Amino acid sequence: MKTTELKARDHFNHHVYPSPFYSRQEQANKQKVWSRWADYLSVPAYYDASLEYFSARNSCGVFDLTPMVKHRVSGPDALAYLNRLVTRDVSKLKPGRVGYAVWCNDQGQVIDDGTIFHLSPGVYRVCSQEQQIDWFMTSALGFNVEIVDETHDVAGLAVQGPTSCAILKKMGLQGVENITPFGMQTFAFEGTDLAVSRTGYTGDLGYELWIDPDHAEVLWDRLFEAGKFHGIRAMGSEALDLLRIEAGFILAGVDFLPAQHAVRPTHTRSPFELGLAWLVDFKKPVFTGRRALLEEQKRGSRFALVKLDIDGNKVAHDSYVYNKDKVFAGTITSAMWSPSAKASIALASLNTPHGKPGEELLVEIYYQRELKWNRVMAPCRVVENVFWDPPRKRLTPPADY
Amino acid sequence: MTSLNKHNSIVIIGAGHNGLVCAAYLAKAGKKVTVIEAAGQVGGAAVTREFAPGFKVSACAHVLNLLDKDISRELQLESHGLSMARQGLSTIALGKDGEHLVVNGEQVDGKVSGADQLALKEYRRFMCRFAGVIGKLHNRIPPRFDFGNRNDLIQLGKLALDIRLLGRDDMREFLRIAGINIYDVLQENFDSDLLKGALALDAVLGTYSGPRSNNSVFTALHRLSGNTGGAPGALSLPRGGMGAVSEALAAAARKHGAQIRTSSPVARITMDGDHVIGVELGNGEQLLADTVVSGADPKTTFLGLLGARHLEAGFAQKVKNVRAKGNAAKLHLALSGLPEFTGLRAEQLGERLVIAPDLHYIEKAFNHSKYGEFSAKPVMEIVFPSVSDTSLAPPGHHVMSAIVQYAPHELKGGWGAGKPAFTDVVLDLLEQYAPDIRSKAVMAELLTPQDIEREFRMTGGHWHHGELSMDQFLMLRPVPGAAQYATPVPGLYLCGAGSHPGGGVMGSAGRNAARAILGKL
Repeated sequence: MKTTELKARDHFNHHVYPSPFYSRQEQANKQKVWSRWADYLSVPAYYDASLEYFSARNSCGVFDLTPMVKHRVSGPDALAYLNRLVTRDVSKLKPGRVGYAVWCNDQGQVIDDGTIFHLSPGVYRVCSQEQQIDWFMTSALGFNVEIVDETHDVAGLAVQGPTSCAILKKMGLQGVENITPFGMQTFAFEGTDLAVSRTGYTGDLGYELWIDPDHAEVLWDRLFEAGKFHGIRAMGSEALDLLRIEAGFILAGVDFLPAQHAVRPTHTRSPFELGLAWLVDFKKPVFTGRRALLEEQKRGSRFALVKLDIDGNKVAHDSYVYNKDKVFAGTITSAMWSPSAKASIALASLNTPHGKPGEELLVEIYYQRELKWNRVMAPCRVVENVFWDPPRKRLTPPADY
Repeated sequence: MTSLNKHNSIVIIGAGHNGLVCAAYLAKAGKKVTVIEAAGQVGGAAVTREFAPGFKVSACAHVLNLLDKDISRELQLESHGLSMARQGLSTIALGKDGEHLVVNGEQVDGKVSGADQLALKEYRRFMCRFAGVIGKLHNRIPPRFDFGNRNDLIQLGKLALDIRLLGRDDMREFLRIAGINIYDVLQENFDSDLLKGALALDAVLGTYSGPRSNNSVFTALHRLSGNTGGAPGALSLPRGGMGAVSEALAAAARKHGAQIRTSSPVARITMDGDHVIGVELGNGEQLLADTVVSGADPKTTFLGLLGARHLEAGFAQKVKNVRAKGNAAKLHLALSGLPEFTGLRAEQLGERLVIAPDLHYIEKAFNHSKYGEFSAKPVMEIVFPSVSDTSLAPPGHHVMSAIVQYAPHELKGGWGAGKPAFTDVVLDLLEQYAPDIRSKAVMAELLTPQDIEREFRMTGGHWHHGELSMDQFLMLRPVPGAAQYATPVPGLYLCGAGSHPGGGVMGSAGRNAARAILGKL
């Protein structure tokens, strides 16, 4: 559903759109359960979330990321604009490279996170979880820059897992193995351009494919044909959520409250409070939130987002975290049983000074066994490294699985 | 070329009255101050200039009613040449067929009921009392709503206490009317349409509002709130026009060592990293300074001279949203002699005349401007300064200066064609009260808000540098984050009418800014 088509249609009568991959998703979706992601129908699990998770870890999982909000930023001031918008230094992002970024309000509180694609010199794509066009336009005052929401004009597929590179090669993308992590390259494909970036939300070897929606179905078909003997499988958002927690990736609206959604100002988080200090570059003379973040650096942060390794096998959904004396220390934001780490793991937002690596804490977990509720105070510790970090993630060219 | 030793030097942008006041106080405190003025003379919107051969007029502000007495005293403005040609002007509300009212403070002469005479005394009493609460804030740096700071809390406490000290009944009345419109308050108190019209004019003069607009009581109070030393709101005409105020301020500033450079427009404020390091002039000359103080309006300062890209996005957006839509034009007439106003004696033309016959008339005049039209029947504030100050016109000749409302900054069809048409409308209106005025007019000059914007470098041609209302007052003026004269940009300060306590030739913004700067340096 391209933007041009949307305008021509009575779009206000449609509450949710089918993805350009819908005809293929419908066949693959054995559960016949659909969810909604932004403006689109999305699949929580095509057949079984665990199976889809294991496909991504052991062979290849394919996820439709068309609904992700995408903006095109261009014009003479595009770089200056992005540098004022986000906390990191975008001038270090060369054409053909992708960078993770967060952007804040004047109070230094995170509005959203996303990825910036430097498509060609001076032309960028900014992908985000939340609708950002209003804030992006607000931020454009004084800049000669064009900002377009191109969500509907770019279809996207994440192709993730150890066999992903082999599948893309087999599909005919010669040289795809030479793309380095956070690099991107464009290939001629079925009479159009197929952009491939070595990015993803799974913490593993993987790629994201970007194409004109009119070529979405042929891309899906060619991809699954090529992956037939490489364990390719469509995966839904439930599997992706497990993959991203293992990889230590945060999710807007789950691990932090986007600042523009906050009614209570103390419920938002700064980049420091999300463990993203590495994204804040004070060498830039100005970016939105800089003054507040400099203040915070002096004054100290209120929260720390940490990874927890929890004893036992109970999943710590929505749990409270305590110190050894059972004094409240924070809450769990995301939790799972990690099949790869063979551990109960979680992301947690702790009140500082809690959150130092190695700190021993307790998690109060409520769990059901045959409709009976039980409670356990599970010991846990703050860990520094992500739970899933295979060397193949960084290897170029990746090994041929 | 780089001039000025950066060390310990201050550049002030604009030699308007606030910039000059700020310069004088900073120089008096021993700072090295240079004032950079774009125009050929000092004064900004408080200037006297020739508009026809031999005829001079106060080109923007034309009556003095708010100049702070502490500033006059501390800067010894009298010894620097400031004197008044006329003080305590009455207001003559022009009525039909020469049935005028003469209002002087709590007194009114003319056809009004005894009840209205009494009502005016009571109205004047409570309005002056409430204005006193606002006036006490003028010489204070506005507190922030940041309850971590003890001084801010004390300031907020003082304001609450001042309101409480009005006593139960007056406090209730103050809280009831401070945010509402003058139309309702005047309807509650008076019968005479002409009296109500004249009183309402003071609430809407120079604003983008009509008598029924909210906050119009507040603007009326602000007009009465000056710490002038005389009766609240008393009107004076400086000898030599409003430019004489600026000349005296400039002389005071120079005496304390400030340098003033005219005909030097600032092209931009220069930055090094995240802080201000000076200004670049239109001719490319770089001036380095530790501190840059801008007397320009907030939009010009932040979005023009500095540039939004040097500000964080939320702050830039707030500045963009400052309401600054000028809605007043200025008419200057060079006259071969004094015109005859029906029902007025010649010497009465030395007072202030107003055309605002009733509340509906003013509201209807305002209605046009909401839709991009000028008023078919405007309201006017008129003075003939040459009656009391012969230096302004050749012997036997006179000048008229009038504020004419409403004239929107953005006129449908543009001011090119609109200007002669509006001039005709205004002269037609004047003829209804002074039939011979056209024949006596040697030359007419109409300044539209766009002319005012261009000549006095005020965004929107708004002579308060932004609408003066409760949403843009005290810690909200011009926007939170810049309301204490310091701005989010290190080294950059504001000192103009866009800052607390706002417009009118008062000087308090310049004086407060100097105090804020000296407190930080």
